[in-house]
Amino acid sequence: MTNVKMPALSPTMTSGTLAKWLVKEGDNIKSGDIIAEIETDKATMELESIDEGIVNKILFKEGEQNIEVGTVIAKIGDDDQSDDKIISNLPSINKDENPILNKNTITVREALRDAMAEEMRLDHNIFVMGEEVAEYQGAYKVTQGLLEEFGEKRVIDTPITEQGFAGLGVGAAFGGLKPIIEFMTFNFSMQAIDQIINSAAKTLYMSGGQMGCPIVFRGPNGAASRVAAQHSQCFASWYAHCPGLKVVSPWSASDAKGLLKSSIRDPNPVIFLENELLYGEKFEVNEIDDLIPLGKANILRKGNDITIVAFSIMVGKALEVAETLSNENISCEVIDLRTIKPLDIDLIINSIKKTNNLVVCEEGFPFAGISSEIISQVQELAFDWLDSPIKRITGLDVPLPYAENLEKLALPQANDIVEGVLSTLNRSAKE
Amino acid sequence: MSKSKKNILSKPILRRKKPINIIKKNSEINILNKEHLIKLYQEMLLIRRFEEKAGQLYGMGSIGGFCHLYIGQEAVVVGMQSVSKEGDSVITSYRDHGHMLACGMDPKGVMAELTGREGGYSKGKGGSMHMFSKDKNFYGGHGIVGAQVPIGVGLAFSHKYKNDGFVCMTYLGDGAVNQGQVYESFNMSALWNLPVIFIIENNKYGMGTSVDRASAGSSLADRGKAYGIPGVEVDGMNVFSVREAGKEALDFTRSGKGPYILEMKTYRYRGHSMSDPAKYRTRTEVDAVRQQKDCIENLKEVLQENKVTDQELKNIDSEIKSLVTNASDFALESKLPDENELLTDIYL
Ligand SMILES: Cc1ncc(C[n+]2csc(CCOP(=O)(O)OP(=O)(O)O)c2C)c(N)n1
Ligand SMILES: [Mg+2]
Repeated sequence: MTNVKMPALSPTMTSGTLAKWLVKEGDNIKSGDIIAEIETDKATMELESIDEGIVNKILFKEGEQNIEVGTVIAKIGDDDQSDDKIISNLPSINKDENPILNKNTITVREALRDAMAEEMRLDHNIFVMGEEVAEYQGAYKVTQGLLEEFGEKRVIDTPITEQGFAGLGVGAAFGGLKPIIEFMTFNFSMQAIDQIINSAAKTLYMSGGQMGCPIVFRGPNGAASRVAAQHSQCFASWYAHCPGLKVVSPWSASDAKGLLKSSIRDPNPVIFLENELLYGEKFEVNEIDDLIPLGKANILRKGNDITIVAFSIMVGKALEVAETLSNENISCEVIDLRTIKPLDIDLIINSIKKTNNLVVCEEGFPFAGISSEIISQVQELAFDWLDSPIKRITGLDVPLPYAENLEKLALPQANDIVEGVLSTLNRSAKE
Repeated sequence: MSKSKKNILSKPILRRKKPINIIKKNSEINILNKEHLIKLYQEMLLIRRFEEKAGQLYGMGSIGGFCHLYIGQEAVVVGMQSVSKEGDSVITSYRDHGHMLACGMDPKGVMAELTGREGGYSKGKGGSMHMFSKDKNFYGGHGIVGAQVPIGVGLAFSHKYKNDGFVCMTYLGDGAVNQGQVYESFNMSALWNLPVIFIIENNKYGMGTSVDRASAGSSLADRGKAYGIPGVEVDGMNVFSVREAGKEALDFTRSGKGPYILEMKTYRYRGHSMSDPAKYRTRTEVDAVRQQKDCIENLKEVLQENKVTDQELKNIDSEIKSLVTNASDFALESKLPDENELLTDIYL
């Protein structure tokens, strides 16, 4: 007898929902037959059988959620040995474990989609263009439902031709439209970077202020899960380096929504850096903050001993660290940058005036990164307020490796932030 | 030419259910002896079984990230590599496991790279999409759609520069064909008569977008017309057609006449990557190709017509199976890379 296990159907899937069984106990199946539909973190997928034989047992009912990858879901073949152990191992499905599920929550993915949909309803000049954004509903399902609501005139699948459609977007923006250009991931924006920087960012200046370029380039940025060097890179410092671009990188769902809406309304080119690993994360909705202004950071947790600045996925890690360290009587103030350029340096400085210590976190490479910029500005503007040298916690200066252990070492982890905070506070205690 | 081979030619090599003569006037089939035919079969079967195993290991969580399987397209790379010369260079995209096996790379090393272990071709640092073997003249394994194309032209440039008589086989997808750098590559290669063959693997889809929704014009083989590059459409599901077209292209290019385009009409059976819900096509469409045009099943029938016995076929099956089992055992037993590897290979 062979066990059919809940398969991993995407790089980020840890558990799945058994949406539908296409076979029943007693059916004789061949290798290649579709036996079930599984809902992953991104989509509903068909599960193909690798084995042949009689479906002996089906262990989960349709509709059961959160079945962990690797859990036996069915048994195929002769019942040669009873395998009660596995059956008694069925995970309990406990929705109360995650209290946030019971509140009014929204995923980052939905928040981004809602932001686009709401703005598109208000302004008919807004259109969405990119690879697989329409019929496929987005490679990461961020544009889900937009084609249905707005039609093919405004939600447009492109060929794989990034420099072409990025440039087309710039031209359309010059021509009076408001394009939202999706890069399937920002790694592919490198194909288009000339149009983004030389055309989108600089034309306003070169035309003596005549020709603005109201365009949003958006998509997932940074490392995902083991997709290796060419698909895992943070572009925050690349784009923030260039005058004429605004760069936004939200963490929470309501920030994602409010900032994307503001980015779409902004008359300048905006680079909107999302994070694939955050797409499925649920956050409480915050209806008051419908529009969130660009250029404003946010204090997510108040504290007195040290300031931790982070953006995007590092914010979650910083908050986790702040919580852990509060048990040791260390009080961390956590700032979510939200917008990288223009940088809300005032908020950071005011925080340092209170805490006198700073740790800056970013997932990207260290050399000439966003942390370097913040540290440089802080030492110019608030040197006298500091009790210790500023510490940065960043990814290592290596292309991202594929191997599981090396990838983990290359990316900044919560533990690295803990160590950074402790070493900084140690230094300041000695002074 | 033996009698038995002539017989095959006169008969469609398809499953009896839906006979369509797919080999038509194919001369290739006549010049191959039994050993040759078996070798082609073994190579295609190895890729198929290897990819099935990779799919299983992915489902078990032993392979992570992106993993693009080549199942269905085996005849393209096996056919092309079977007519190329040792020393010809090869470059392709991220759907690369089949190309590596066809270049003679060790299935163990390829599988161990998929599991991210120290025994992998890139010591576990590259993964499915980024694998290389200088030894076998395999230059990757590229994750950025279209990026391998100018690099392939560069390899061809080096062949011409060194006057070594070799050709670069540059593989790309039907989706990749719309990247601007592909046309920059066509132009340069034609302008400078570089020995490169552009093998467009038209498997009908670039991720979820069918060719008609992504590409203007009727034929991808014609995309080099403006540059004077000859282009031919080939039945990429038939290893004999692939060989025939491949030989012609290689002769042309190797004799110094410049680049050549082959559009291989093929099909991928599995999703774009492991996480593709594949809603853009129907099961029926996939099953129809599988049942009517499968390159391995069709070759199997040719083997049978050539008096390859069921026992021989069984033996081949089990040989391949054990090659793949050994590869997967090796890939699962090989250690994770040493942590010191994290900081090596960044600069020489
Ligand atoms: C520059 C770039 N854009 C987008 C992607 C995402 N992507 C990966 S594969 C793919 C489809 C490519 O299709 P095709 O060239 O037909 O090759 P196939 O996958 O069919 O072998 C896309 C859009 C990428 N890797 N690189
Ligand atoms: Mg394709």
